[in-house]
Amino acid sequence: MTETIKTDVVIIGAGPIGLFAVFELGLLDMKAQLIDILDRSGGQCAELYPEKPIYDIPGVPYITGQGLVDALMTQIRPFKPVFHLKEMVETIERIGDPLFRMKTDAGKTFECKAVVIAAGGGSFQPKRPPIPGIEAYEDKSVFYAVRQMEKFRGKKILIVGGGDSALDWTLNLVPVAAHVTLLHRRDAFRAAPDSVNKMRALVADKKMDFVLGQVMGLEGEGGQVRAAKVKREDGQTVSLACDTVLPFFGLTMKLGPVANWGIALSEDELIPVDTEKFETSVPGVFAIGDINTYPGKLKLILSGFHEAALMAQKAHRYVHPDKKLTFQYTTSSTSLQKKLGVT
Amino acid sequence: MAKITFIDSSGTARTTDAEIGSTVMETAIKNGIPVIEAECGGACSCSTCHVYVDEAWRAATGEPSPMEEDMLDFAFDVRPNSRLSCQIKVTEALDGLVVVTPERQA
Repeated sequence: MTETIKTDVVIIGAGPIGLFAVFELGLLDMKAQLIDILDRSGGQCAELYPEKPIYDIPGVPYITGQGLVDALMTQIRPFKPVFHLKEMVETIERIGDPLFRMKTDAGKTFECKAVVIAAGGGSFQPKRPPIPGIEAYEDKSVFYAVRQMEKFRGKKILIVGGGDSALDWTLNLVPVAAHVTLLHRRDAFRAAPDSVNKMRALVADKKMDFVLGQVMGLEGEGGQVRAAKVKREDGQTVSLACDTVLPFFGLTMKLGPVANWGIALSEDELIPVDTEKFETSVPGVFAIGDINTYPGKLKLILSGFHEAALMAQKAHRYVHPDKKLTFQYTTSSTSLQKKLGVT
Repeated sequence: MAKITFIDSSGTARTTDAEIGSTVMETAIKNGIPVIEAECGGACSCSTCHVYVDEAWRAATGEPSPMEEDMLDFAFDVRPNSRLSCQIKVTEALDGLVVVTPERQA
């Protein structure tokens, strides 16, 4: 039984908007902890387009996705946010007025006075590959993540993909499995060159196989795969015997448990909010960034930034109900500047 | 304007007008061409605008960029003439272009 983590505000999602929310909350003396399913902050910016240019951040003619994340991480450093990564919130309970208890899939429990949902497009989950009938094998002999390597000892594994996940797990599982075949549609990889070189060395030493091709279907019974139907680069279809398939086809965003928290959702699974405080149908729970909706909503980072600022004003009334909120400017307020550590 | 023909996996052909400077994907979306989904809106960040370029047009359209190849790793039934239609810019030289949509997107 782990200790309950108590804080002022829990922010669900550590993408650019969740990160900036730390700043706005921090200026108003609220401490925040962030929860994100990825292994690092940055959300879509870091995961989908770290190297692509963004041209519409106000005052910033050009910045890359990762560049923006790095700048935000620097901007919020004075407030010492705590990150809980590789975790997803499963349940939220209102236990006070307001007081929320949240549980994550890593077994952590949080208590806070306000919840900020900055979940963007949803949490990043492994993408299902376009292989007909694969659902029947999922979690039985097809897996999209490796939690315990021991589970794969002695197995005949087919790993599909060309990125870091596919290559890393190939290298990790060769010593554990009975046999590993890596399958990729081309002889070029997105993965780190060092990992690719190590894989090629293992192939040269006949410690594993590498096949060029794509999986067109799976053969098996009762969820247990027996073989994969592979269309090779030369157009021929062959049967590759295996008892386990690990496809690494990238990540996609899924709304996930957010849908089960009793918060009103729109038809297209967004969270309706008002435009004064960006509060959801549950008092004390706010939604900012791509996850929310309201008349005129634009899914822009600059919109999320604005929403975070207004949200913080209302959050203050829940976290510090006895304190007066005076509007101040960072350029002229000595107390704000002290919090930022710039005086 | 240029003319682009989209042929679906059952052989039905639909010919549309395309604005010079737009992309083949944008043309498809504007004209309601089935199977072209363009989930990421043309940012070369998904693989759901995947098409097969007719052999006669492969030289004119060119080969995928490295970024495009990375995304094609996630597409359904990739073939040598596969392209992401959001990466094909419509020019006068592509007037008459023919592309085939796959059976499905990933």
